Amino acid sequence: MSTEGIEIDRWHPRAFNAIQSFAVRYGLGIALVIVWEYAASKAGSIFFPPPSEILHRAVTLWLSGPPSRLFLSGSVFQDVIPSLLRLLGGWALAVLVGVPLGILIGRSRNLSDFLNPALQFLRAIPGPALIPVFIILLGTESTMRVTLIAFGCIWPVLLNTIEGTRTVDPVQLDTVKAFRIPRHARLWRIVLPAAMPKIFAGMRVSLSLAVILMVVSELVASTSGIGYRIQNAQIMFLLTDMWCGIVLLALIGYTLNWLFLKFEDRVLGWHRGARGRTATS
Amino acid sequence: MMSDSSGTADTRSGFGQSRPFAGPHPLSRAATALRVVLGIIIFFLILEFVTRLELVPPIYLPRASTVVRRMGELLQDPKFLRHVLATLHAWAVGLALATLISVPIGILIGTSELTYKITSPLIEFMRPIPSVALIPLGILLWGQGFSMKVILVAYATTWPILFNTVYGVHDVDPIAVQTARCFGLKQTAILRRICLPSAAPFIFTGIRISAAIGLIVVIGAELLASADSGIGSYILFVSLNGGQMDSVLAGAAIAGIVGAMINSALGLIDRRFFGWRYLGATPS
Repeated sequence: MSTEGIEIDRWHPRAFNAIQSFAVRYGLGIALVIVWEYAASKAGSIFFPPPSEILHRAVTLWLSGPPSRLFLSGSVFQDVIPSLLRLLGGWALAVLVGVPLGILIGRSRNLSDFLNPALQFLRAIPGPALIPVFIILLGTESTMRVTLIAFGCIWPVLLNTIEGTRTVDPVQLDTVKAFRIPRHARLWRIVLPAAMPKIFAGMRVSLSLAVILMVVSELVASTSGIGYRIQNAQIMFLLTDMWCGIVLLALIGYTLNWLFLKFEDRVLGWHRGARGRTATS
Repeated sequence: MMSDSSGTADTRSGFGQSRPFAGPHPLSRAATALRVVLGIIIFFLILEFVTRLELVPPIYLPRASTVVRRMGELLQDPKFLRHVLATLHAWAVGLALATLISVPIGILIGTSELTYKITSPLIEFMRPIPSVALIPLGILLWGQGFSMKVILVAYATTWPILFNTVYGVHDVDPIAVQTARCFGLKQTAILRRICLPSAAPFIFTGIRISAAIGLIVVIGAELLASADSGIGSYILFVSLNGGQMDSVLAGAAIAGIVGAMINSALGLIDRRFFGWRYLGATPS
């Protein structure tokens, strides 16, 4: 990270240090929320309700259920959990198809040259533009939404896997060939580990794409889900409900990203250790 | 954490880029071009074959050749071209706005250790907010027209640019900065002659990622907000009017081609101006 850190805290007691690092980490966020709270209650605009009101509404929306269900209200089971399942389902599908396919394509230079333009084109098609097609082909049930998420998510995974597989160190490959190491061992012990960082980068990009596509898919011809709730709130002009949905989506996006980074650290820790901090490419 | 740029930087391009800067032999370049052309033809033939099987009625999934013919018609139709221009206009203004906002802020954040530490958790929190979640809010606040699209695009594209700028400026080689300081360079000169040049490729990568995201957001916003003009509103219009699937697919394909063209144009600029950074950076 840094070479020159903050120097004032060198001889303070530990508790003070903890407070200071907390203030540095979360201070700005907390300050902004306070400013928002103050400004919003002062301005009284219906478009920007104060955070306290959003929080209050969010509690009644989602945490007002019976204790037997962990206080989760019906809306959590009707909207939030289906949304999350679609999101994760579509993303998992994209990873399960994209990684093996990418390795297959990436192993052959000819094949990837042939497919490159088609893949670049397919990747550039905006997912929302295909919603009408998906609705006609697959109806308006969850299948359509999961397929749309998977379709949008597969390209970063696939392209990164191809790229990762292609950039395996040729010296390593030659060595393995010279020692006549069998094909499957070559795949599992050389190609996959070398491609892993790229594959993970693609998976992470796809994960944030999945959140976007989940919302998009639920804004059209939908009867449940977080996106549906947000749109419903817009039509009924319930702005606080809408803000609740937006904040919830932010939390979901942040949490998923955080969980994935933890997972990546665990799986790819060896890579960082082996290479130090890598360059951008 | 902030130090992990792989998630953003790796999406830079397709896989042609991983080859070193020096470039292949001209003959093999011609062979690659031939493969590209052949690849497109084969891709089209496969699509045509699959759609000719008629697993679903052709009204729902028209033949590839029908879609291509429709694309040709659309590209000659001034009304459709106006939609394309409307989309590109909102996209370009939004992206420019985001660049103008986030590059200076990113430089400010990245150069000082304290601001970097204070703001990075907040940026990390704001970045994953899906911009499409703001479409309903955008409709209520700014209607269904141009300004709604521009603001949504600007919001969505701000984060990759900001993130990459902060990272690029913060990641400047400290020895270079110290050396410059030893030679008595002023703070502004250090910024202009060391920080900015070494951060420029990162900033450009951010802009390139944002360009792709911005196009998705603008078309999505047009479609979901039933905007008055744009490729997205065209697609919505034809799908509601009797579900003309050939027009829907042709519109989506044109959007895809526009996106791929923008991406490869930016890729060319990237390699033209920042090609030097691939010299030592490729592991293979």
